[in-house]
Parts: sequence; structure tokens; C-alpha cells
Amino acid sequence: MQLQQMYQEIILDHYRNPHRQGLREPFHGESFQVNPTCGDEVTLRVALDGDTVTDVSYDAMGCSISQAATSVLTDLVVGRTVGDSMSTMDSFVEMIQGRGQVEPDEDALSDAVAFAGVAKYPARVKCALLGWMAFKDAVGRVGENGSDAEQPPVEAR
Amino acid sequence: MTVAPEAGRMLASTGAEPTGLDTEKIRADFAILSRTVREQRPLVYLDSGATSQRPRQVLDAERAFLEHHNAAVHRGAHQLAEEATDAYEAARSRIAELVGATSDDLVFTKNATEGINLVTYAMSNSATAGPEFARFTLGPGDEVVVTEMEHHANLVPWQELCRRTGATLRWYGVTDQGRLDLDSLRLSEATKLVAFTHQSNVMGTVPPVDELVRRAREVGALTLLDACQSVPHGPVNLPDLGVDFAVFSGHKMLGPSGIGVLYGRRELLEAMPPFLTGGSMIEMVRMEGSSYAPPPQRFEAGVPMTSQAVGLGVAVDYLNAVGMDRIAAHERSLTERALAGLAEVGGVHIIGPTDTEHRGGAVSFVVDGVHAHDAGQVLDSLGLAVRVGHHCAWPLHRRFGIAATVRASFALYNTESEVDALVAGVHESKRFFGVS
Repeated sequence: MQLQQMYQEIILDHYRNPHRQGLREPFHGESFQVNPTCGDEVTLRVALDGDTVTDVSYDAMGCSISQAATSVLTDLVVGRTVGDSMSTMDSFVEMIQGRGQVEPDEDALSDAVAFAGVAKYPARVKCALLGWMAFKDAVGRVGENGSDAEQPPVEAR
Repeated sequence: MTVAPEAGRMLASTGAEPTGLDTEKIRADFAILSRTVREQRPLVYLDSGATSQRPRQVLDAERAFLEHHNAAVHRGAHQLAEEATDAYEAARSRIAELVGATSDDLVFTKNATEGINLVTYAMSNSATAGPEFARFTLGPGDEVVVTEMEHHANLVPWQELCRRTGATLRWYGVTDQGRLDLDSLRLSEATKLVAFTHQSNVMGTVPPVDELVRRAREVGALTLLDACQSVPHGPVNLPDLGVDFAVFSGHKMLGPSGIGVLYGRRELLEAMPPFLTGGSMIEMVRMEGSSYAPPPQRFEAGVPMTSQAVGLGVAVDYLNAVGMDRIAAHERSLTERALAGLAEVGGVHIIGPTDTEHRGGAVSFVVDGVHAHDAGQVLDSLGLAVRVGHHCAWPLHRRFGIAATVRASFALYNTESEVDALVAGVHESKRFFGVS
């Protein structure tokens, strides 16, 4: 059944037990994103140490796809550099916007490969991207709206 | 000239539905309803509140018009121009009749949204159009009143009008039961216009139009009724309701998209400045300035949509042939069944009235533990087309502290077994997400 292809067990696991949920301090950049078609929202914070992502915390209201995608995102970026995180995001965006025609980069995406099925449902693509858009925006705002002014802005390409 | 093929021929009822509507025969006119979706699931279309499907008669009429009579209307004196203009105006008069109005009261617009914008921009324009238009002019200290249950189309244009003019926007609240809270606001002499829906596109709530009109009149305010969700689903007589303006949309009433209707009391349309200007809407044009045609032409600048108007006229014929009373009774029965069925599913909460008193056939709900998007996805996998999200009524959802609901909305072609499929689908969505 197609439904199982979309709602992979990994997605449902992250939905039921989201990683790194909640808003924490210190953080260096924060973003609020909303999906205007459905009203789903996420507030997401990033904390950095130099160029390394040390924490991603978030408060989200949304469907299983958006919640799980944000949870997986934190697994993929925490402990990595901003540059690496952004290239992972690029791989994710490419897969999710590929209408199911794009072979996902399993090395880069790890658990996020589970979202490949979502790519076949154009109406759900924005759900999967909500957290990532917030992450990108929060990184862009580092040094601008964080709790800790020490961290200088990073080169987010 | 006939461009409307045999819309009235159908429906010698064989009583396929307990409600008395021969839905089997009706459905045979809607080819799309017999297709399958996803994995060969028969389509169960429960999204008519967003857009209705169109019967063969409407499609045939558009094609027949274009193949035999097409020309730019209200200009030219050749035979085609005559025929096209006749077809366009005949459609206007049949549509007007459906809502108890006459042709002169009815302006064709692109959609209902444009109809509301037309009024708001005409009111803006009145500030500079000349002293004779002063009655439509708003400014600081004036108020426009809407309700918290409006579709964005009947909210954002008024926000913008207030922003442009310095007037203040106020609104009636909504009760926990999804009814309009008439005690939440008092109109005053400052109130210049009250805009409200005839039926909430989310909750199905039908507000007390008579009382709202009475209150508006008491303070000398104009009224505008968003009738998008009422006109397709039951008898509506706009002059009897006493509203000054009303809008409705072709594509929600079995007609084409790209056409909507603005109704206005003639005396008001005659006194109101235009919104869009250009060809067709003029009386006299000189290089120094122009005067305007009487309504409705004053508000129909440019070559209008024509096959769409003809198609909408035939959609009206179709609705009339079935009977608006019978359609209303049928949809009420479907709504009752849906409300009762969903009430039996644990953890389902209806947003809005849970009985069919002063209520139409839009049923929105949330399921504990299953986000609306996810419930909608399960329903989609079973062939059910429902709407998920805020349905262009974000403030209303916020009022109930939720981001999104699932909405099923009914039309004349829906059946009891489709309602049962909805209820079964909601059960399945709970099972799939492991919610007991």
C-alpha cells in the first residue's frame, strides 16, 4: 500500500518520540516558520561553537511529516559544521522535490532517506521542508537574534 | 437561441437515496465521479466546499456556445455578436432569478473574491470620484465590521480597505459551539458596513442574517453577504434577506471557474463609483474625461468572460431542475449522518455546531493524536478527497486553538455510502497511526 511507503516506520518513530524537542538556551540564531497552506508552525533555534552546530532546539506544531523531518534534521546536523549541514540540506531538498525521480544520497541523508516516499506527494513537500527552512533561516540570523551575542555570524554560503 | 441542452430532462426520481434524490442519475452526469484515484480506489469527492464538479450539461453548453455563437459581447452588430450578447444576458437573468434578483442587480466578476474587492475598491475610489459618491467614503473614525468566522476573501479586502482609508476593522466573535456571538460587539453610528458569511465554509454555521441586517440598518450601515457556501446548497432569496450586497462563485455551484457574481441593490450600484475602468463600462469618453454606463455594465470593464457565464446559466438550470429545496434536504440528511457517524468515533471533535439547525454541509473536525494532514493522507489513500488545513479561515482556527482541521463538504451528488466511507476512513486513520 502506498501509504506505508510514505509513512515509513522511521518517520512514525520520530513523530512519536521526537529528538531534541523543546526550546533551549543558549542559542545563536532563531527562526519562526509557518506553512501558509496549513498553518503549521515551527520555532527553531541553533547553537554554534565556531562553525560547529552544537544544538538545535525547536517547538513545532504540525503533522507527522513536518515533526519527524525536524527531528531527523537535528540528528543530521548536530555535531557537524554549518557547511556540511547545508550540503545535507541540499541533498534533502533535491530528493524531496524530485517527485520520486531522484535517487537519494544515502550516505548524506541517513535516516532522512525515509522521506523519499513523501516526494511523490507534492502537497506534503512543504511539510517535510518546514524545519529545514527554519534551520537555514536561523543559521542566517546567527549574531542577530540569539540569546548569546558572543557568537559571530557564520558563512552559511 | 438555445445553448442549454436538456438540463431539465433528467431526474424522474427513482429514489436511489433515502432523501429522495436520484443520486445515481445525477452522478451519471458527472464523469469525474466515476474515476478512480490512487490505487484504483473509486473517487469519493467530499471537497465541494472548495470547488464543485461540473455536469456534462455545463461542459456541453460551454462548448456549444464556443462552437456556434462566440463573439465579444456588448460590442459589434454582426449576428454572432448579437447571439453571444443574448446568451450572456440570458445567463445573467437566469442566475439572477435563482437568487430572487433581476438582471440589473447582478454584476459578473472573475470570482466572489473579486466581487468583494470590487466593493472595497469602489468605496476607496469614492473618496476621489466626486462629492456625489460621498456616502461610500470611509475615513478615520469609521468602522467596518466582519466576523471571526469569515473566509479570508471576506476579511483581507476589508483589512486593506481600512488600512487605505484609516477606518477601523472590528469583528463579531464566535462561541465555543461555533455560533456567531452577537453579544461580542455593538454596532454604532460609526459602523459603515457589516460583512458576513451566509454559511461558514469551515463549520457550516448559518448566522442569523435577519438580526445582523436589522442591527446594521439600525445604525445606517451597509451589509455585504458572502453567499458562496449557501447559494449552491439551498434556496436563497437575496432581496428577501435584505442585504445590500452579496457575492457567490460559479465554480462552487456546478459552474465554470473564472466567473463569480456580485449582487447589489440597484439603488446602490447606481450610486457607486466603478472599480476597474476601461472599455464597455463607459457612457461617454472624451480626452478630458469620461462618464460611466449604468450598472451592471459600469462594473464590467473589458470583454467579459462569456462561455463561463453561459455555463453558469446552465448550472443554474441544472440546480433548478433538481430543485433547491430537495438539494437542501438531501445535504442536510448527509450532514446529519456525518455528524452522527463521526460522533461515534472516539477522539473526534467537530469544530462547529453538532446539530443541523441553522447549519449547512461543511463538517470540519480534528482527531486526537492524528494531525489533519495525516488523517487527510489516509483518507486520500482510500479514495476520499477532503480538504485539510485552515480552509482559508485561519483566524477561526486560531480562535479554536488549532492549526488545521479535516473538512468534508457535501453537494447534491454525494451519497450516504460516501458519508459512511468517510467515517470508516477516520477509523482507519486512527488505526494507522496507532491511536486507540
